[in-house]
Amino acid sequence: MKLLLQDVVKSYGGIEALAGLNLAIDDTSCLALIGPSGGGKSTTLRLLSGLEAPTSGSIRINGQEIGRDADQRRLFRKQVGIVFQAYNLFPHMTALANVALPLEKVHGYSKTDAIQKSENLFERFQLEDHMRKKPAELSGGQNQRVAIARAIAPDPDIVFLDEPTSALDPEMTAEVLDAIYTLIEAEKRIVIATHQMGFAQRAADTVALIAEGKLVESGSSKQVIENPETPRARKFLEVCLDRQ
Amino acid sequence: MQFASLFLEPRNGDTAKDRPIRKAASLLVAILILSIVLFASFAALRYQWNWEAAYRYRLKFLEGWLTTLKISSVSFIFAFIIGALSTSCGRSRLLPLKYLSSIYVELIRGTPLLVQIFLFYYVIADAANVQNRYVVGVAIMAIFSGAYISEILRAGIEGVSKSQLLSAKSIGFTEYQTFRYVIAPQALRSSLPALDGQTANLIKDSSLLSIIAISEFTLNAQEVNAITYSSFESFFPLAIGYLIITLPIMRLSRYIEERLKFDT
Repeated sequence: MKLLLQDVVKSYGGIEALAGLNLAIDDTSCLALIGPSGGGKSTTLRLLSGLEAPTSGSIRINGQEIGRDADQRRLFRKQVGIVFQAYNLFPHMTALANVALPLEKVHGYSKTDAIQKSENLFERFQLEDHMRKKPAELSGGQNQRVAIARAIAPDPDIVFLDEPTSALDPEMTAEVLDAIYTLIEAEKRIVIATHQMGFAQRAADTVALIAEGKLVESGSSKQVIENPETPRARKFLEVCLDRQ
Repeated sequence: MQFASLFLEPRNGDTAKDRPIRKAASLLVAILILSIVLFASFAALRYQWNWEAAYRYRLKFLEGWLTTLKISSVSFIFAFIIGALSTSCGRSRLLPLKYLSSIYVELIRGTPLLVQIFLFYYVIADAANVQNRYVVGVAIMAIFSGAYISEILRAGIEGVSKSQLLSAKSIGFTEYQTFRYVIAPQALRSSLPALDGQTANLIKDSSLLSIIAISEFTLNAQEVNAITYSSFESFFPLAIGYLIITLPIMRLSRYIEERLKFDT
């Protein structure tokens, strides 16, 4: 997967979340966006996944411009999967319906095919006992795995994960990280915003450190995390590694 | 079991095998208290009961009751349509529609129904040359109730969290699909209790249509009273008749609410 972000600015009501971000990555299968909270990594992920349009600048993934046109971005979102920090499952539907409904309504599966495919995914994530439950009846880790199942159900090219473990306790975090490892094994392309440095180091081949709305440093995960070049990156990583 | 505990709500963890007994006993006491108050009041009045006169006009009560039922149901259907339209206008990006909706809601909610009935009946319906007063009655109740329903639906829609909308966006739903599968079902569920209260209000408020001589339940009761000079014998059946419609509605809604309950 090839990513190219040029002079990307994103402001929300006068506040610049991204202040001219430049990032060029030639080939990566798993990119981790790291950096302090409020530094712009989640915003970057939202722009990359086509959820929102940049205020200015250009974003290309594999040569395809993620446009400013809303319909075009919707078509792009159909080809990718997105997982949120707070799972964002629909509370009025069963876990199974959460996964099957988009297959049926967005991707043109027949109802039986959509349910069949969803059931297979629940088995794969060891969630088959929870298919008929509603999100409120599941734990955070289970919900997040359902959300991952929903994201990958239509066989997307790329899966975007926005701090998928930040709302979870360590045990559930491990559960969800395991699910993400299975995506990597299945050779999904992944972009993940995360505070889990250990995970970024092990699972991601590329890391981009974003702070204060700009790119601080990017490169192979080994290089950026173990030998950061810039003082800002060193400062951030020292704090992170201290706390682990 | 102690006698006093018969009238206490079982605490959490208490074995509540006697729950039905407690319920029945307590309900009985409540009804007893109310009855004593009522009987004492009437005893003080020294009222000469004359149920026979009222009973002679039982068909008139029944007809009025049925008319109220019909007017209310038809009005509710139109009120819901008007309310839904007004809500969607209010959410429209077209500003004139938005203002139209908010002016409608504020005018209707800000003025008494009685005034609206007079204005609508003597000015608008007259100008539009609508002769059938029942049509006018239904129109007034639908427009009146529609404004409240519009607000109820708006609140329901706004109650659907932003994260749900983002989620719908992320799976590639169109705006219509987002509304159909995400917003509408949740908004309707959260609006149910308020919608139900509004339905009960609509039924009770329709009694004001008696002032433009629509022969609904209240007007018919007033007429029986005028003919037989037996006010209480006319108005007691009236109260009970309204309760027969409103109580099941409130029960039903609570039942649906209980069944559809979910946490967000």
